[in-house]
Amino acid sequence: MPTTASAPVIAATGLTKRYGDFTAVDGIDFEIAPGEAFGFLGPNGAGKSTTMRMIAATSTRTSGELSVLGFDPADHGPEIRAQLGIVPQADQLDEELRVIDNLIVYGRYFGLPLPYVRRRAEELLEFAQLTEKRKARVDGLSGGMKRRLTIARGLINAPKAMLLDEPTTGLDPQARHVLWDRLFRLKEEGTTLVLTTHYMDEAEQLCDRLVVVDKGAIVAEGSPSALIRQYSTREVLEVRFGSARNEEAARGIEGIGERIEVLPDRVLVYADDGEAAMSAVHDRGLSPVTSLVRRSSLEDVFLRLTGRSLVD
Amino acid sequence: MSAIASRITADADAVDHAVVARRARTRGWWYVAEHRIRSMRSYVASWFGLSIGEPFLFVMGLGLGLALLVDANQGAQGVDGVPYLVFIAPALMMASAMQTSANENTWGVFGGFKWFPMFFAMNGTPISAAQIVLGYQLATLVRVALPLVTFTAMILLLGLGDAAGALLLLPIGLLLAASMGFAVMAWVATQTRDRGQLSFIERFVVLPLTLFSGTYFPLETLPWFLHWIGWISPLWHAAELGRAALYGAPLTPLMALVHVGFLILLAVVACALSIRIFRKRLDR
Repeated sequence: MPTTASAPVIAATGLTKRYGDFTAVDGIDFEIAPGEAFGFLGPNGAGKSTTMRMIAATSTRTSGELSVLGFDPADHGPEIRAQLGIVPQADQLDEELRVIDNLIVYGRYFGLPLPYVRRRAEELLEFAQLTEKRKARVDGLSGGMKRRLTIARGLINAPKAMLLDEPTTGLDPQARHVLWDRLFRLKEEGTTLVLTTHYMDEAEQLCDRLVVVDKGAIVAEGSPSALIRQYSTREVLEVRFGSARNEEAARGIEGIGERIEVLPDRVLVYADDGEAAMSAVHDRGLSPVTSLVRRSSLEDVFLRLTGRSLVD
Repeated sequence: MSAIASRITADADAVDHAVVARRARTRGWWYVAEHRIRSMRSYVASWFGLSIGEPFLFVMGLGLGLALLVDANQGAQGVDGVPYLVFIAPALMMASAMQTSANENTWGVFGGFKWFPMFFAMNGTPISAAQIVLGYQLATLVRVALPLVTFTAMILLLGLGDAAGALLLLPIGLLLAASMGFAVMAWVATQTRDRGQLSFIERFVVLPLTLFSGTYFPLETLPWFLHWIGWISPLWHAAELGRAALYGAPLTPLMALVHVGFLILLAVVACALSIRIFRKRLDR
């Protein structure tokens, strides 16, 4: 059952996963189009990884409908995973094997002939910028290199869609940018990317469209820019009065901008013109210790929707 | 740079995902074994050393020491009608198969879920939990086979017992390794935290079975109230078969059936149990 170009690659209706009394995923609906980069943005424990596992048919859903690449995960796990590239949250590399052998061994699980797997492994090492490390032991690689190797491993079967669970969590900024660049390249080639993240910058960088998830439910859906337009203002003014005075100062700011958010360490003033909001604050005789005007981000969208920040 | 990217796409066309799924469904167990065997290559030198050295030490040490002492006291046909070395050789070989298999299934299975979560990585490919279980055990048998071959070679070299019968020891040893292996695997797969309980298998299962299963002396030598250990011990059943094969120790067809049946039944039940436990644990 091959999927046609217009049909969604993955479609879920009322998708639910319960562990005993705990509902990890609470009846979510979504559709992912071919070639799309789709994100699940939410804090830890929002049910993102569980959703990914249900898509990969490695976690049995409790209820709801799910179709992945034309198959039902309930009885077609092998057919689905044959077409998927899976990058789990933990790398799960074989540390007893060398870098190149990790790719070869994994490729064999897809029944691919050894000469083909060998050739493709070399290409993927080049793609992952690990050619120099091909004979290295895995336990000697940096976190970023291990992550790139895991992504290369996920590509060995030429997947139609990649599932990336928190691809850059725990990496330093430089390693993240190298990784994003590789993922961009995949996207340009038309590979469907499905990723989870609790980094709003990652979601903004990589996702054409995303859903914001919180406590197992989808609270908003759209492109990063549309979500920002819908749920936030163009700019944000951040002012700090010292943690003891923020609450009190916030009362003085009331009425400036469209909305005010008081956080323990700072006050956020949502306004389309941040500089104008700043002058208004000064006009009221308030003088913050520090202040800054920035563009709205998905972090602000999340704060607006849930009243909490993404990374606690 | 874009050349690399397009090469990836070009190669992608060579992969037929329907064929991939079909192959994985039928041959996935073999890919697991292949992976394990490939991993063994990284410690192949020490593995060879162990596989050849351990049987050698056992047969030489006991043959030159203990066997001389026993034969001096019991006479050359003193134990089960044969020299002592002939009496213990098949049992030592079986004990070695049991130990190796129990060991692989303790640390490898626990590690596969915890330390290097290979089972979860395999689970992300088209293969199934059952195939992971079967492939893992197949690789264990390959691992067990090498010391068994060394043992057989030494038995033939020293002219212990019947040469044709000695060749039967290998399949008996592999059957024992499979039943012990699946049993250990089933228990270890239920363990989620290492609190030292894993080494219990070696100390409180493998060692007592070796000591009380008629390995070094006939089971009948033990007081009657300890005979049950032999009856539930896969090692005893395998050793009895081995002795019958090597030097024609008395064995009725019914008892032969009981020994083989016990080993097969344990292997099959423990295998089914392992598959259930793996499936449950991998389905998160």
